[in-house]
Amino acid sequence: MRTDDWVTLLATGAGAVEPHQAARRFAIAIGWGVLGATLLMLALLGPRPDLAAATLLPMFLVKIVFVTSFAVASLFISLRLSKPGLHLAWLPGALLAPVAAIWLLAAVMLTQAAPVQRSAMFFGDTWNSCPFLIALLSAPVFVAVVWAMKGLAPTRLRLAGAAAGLLSGAVGTMVYSLHCPEMGAPFIGFWYLLGMLIPTTAGILFGPRLLRW
Amino acid sequence: MLDVNRLNAGEEHFRKLLIRGLAGDEPAYHEFLQELSTHLRSFLQKRLASLPDEVEDLVQESLLAIHNQRHTYDAKQPVTAWIHAIAKYKLIDLLRRRERRDLLTDSLDDDASQFELASTANAEAASDARRDLSKLLEQLPDGQRLPIVHMKLEGLSVAETARLTGMSESAVKVGVHRGLKAMAALIRSDT
Repeated sequence: MRTDDWVTLLATGAGAVEPHQAARRFAIAIGWGVLGATLLMLALLGPRPDLAAATLLPMFLVKIVFVTSFAVASLFISLRLSKPGLHLAWLPGALLAPVAAIWLLAAVMLTQAAPVQRSAMFFGDTWNSCPFLIALLSAPVFVAVVWAMKGLAPTRLRLAGAAAGLLSGAVGTMVYSLHCPEMGAPFIGFWYLLGMLIPTTAGILFGPRLLRW
Repeated sequence: MLDVNRLNAGEEHFRKLLIRGLAGDEPAYHEFLQELSTHLRSFLQKRLASLPDEVEDLVQESLLAIHNQRHTYDAKQPVTAWIHAIAKYKLIDLLRRRERRDLLTDSLDDDASQFELASTANAEAASDARRDLSKLLEQLPDGQRLPIVHMKLEGLSVAETARLTGMSESAVKVGVHRGLKAMAALIRSDT
């Protein structure tokens, strides 16, 4: 077929395009993802018994701020990677900032603590289940975010897969932190991050296959 | 300096056409796609110098991809950056597919040249057939084919197509959209 005919075919009756489709798709995906992760958390783990009291503690707030800022940065990165030809600019820095902040806090807490307490602060009581439970809770979010991206047009698939993994890891961690009893910065700065890196790795590995269009 | 100005003027013109097209201005969108095909041809010719026969196929495939993904254009971004990212994605995709196919057919290279000639002729015929719109359309289910035939080839409106086919208006729109996506997949799978 001649290209001119092809152009006419595509243009005929093309109609108007709804604006802000990327933002809408991501909003829907995160809504469903949070719902799925929350149901999973309630069914398998339950919220921590002292949740109401814990929300008043400064370290709980630090934990929520860390995870939320990580989620917001990875959301913007995912949005930009879902559209062709957009640069990430300063956004990777926004991802590193909360990590740097929690590591700094962890370093201060560890140096001020008595040497015998340090390993307890780092390992907490739940280090051996925390990363896996975070990965589990991020699974429904991951599925939803991949759906959102597939309806758009990511062109750097491995990177986009990584961003989808980070975003779902961060959202899964937000839900997990309502269950998790740990409050120490050294614990959060390592085991939470490790948990979020599990879906990220999955995104890097499967991104090219899942997101192809 | 002059060059930069001319480039910016071209970009601005392109952008205006696309934005009007996205708002539903069909003549503007048609003009945008027409200029886009010229632009794509020179963009891809440079990058596909080793495979001149593939350029026009890839121009059409990129046009379809850009049309299907036009909701991903960010009004704050340069149009050319958006177009080039999609065209490059389709170019890399084509090169990967060819590489894979070459690996698969490597063992046949030692066979008689007669066979090779025949298979080249077949490949060309297949390529023509693949680009033949009616053959592509035949492979689509009614719910996608009829809306495309009535709206895209006969130029009927959504409402007229809906009345003619007995489908709802939203089903007509979904049919065109899904049909074009399916055609993109068909073109790709056959290459």
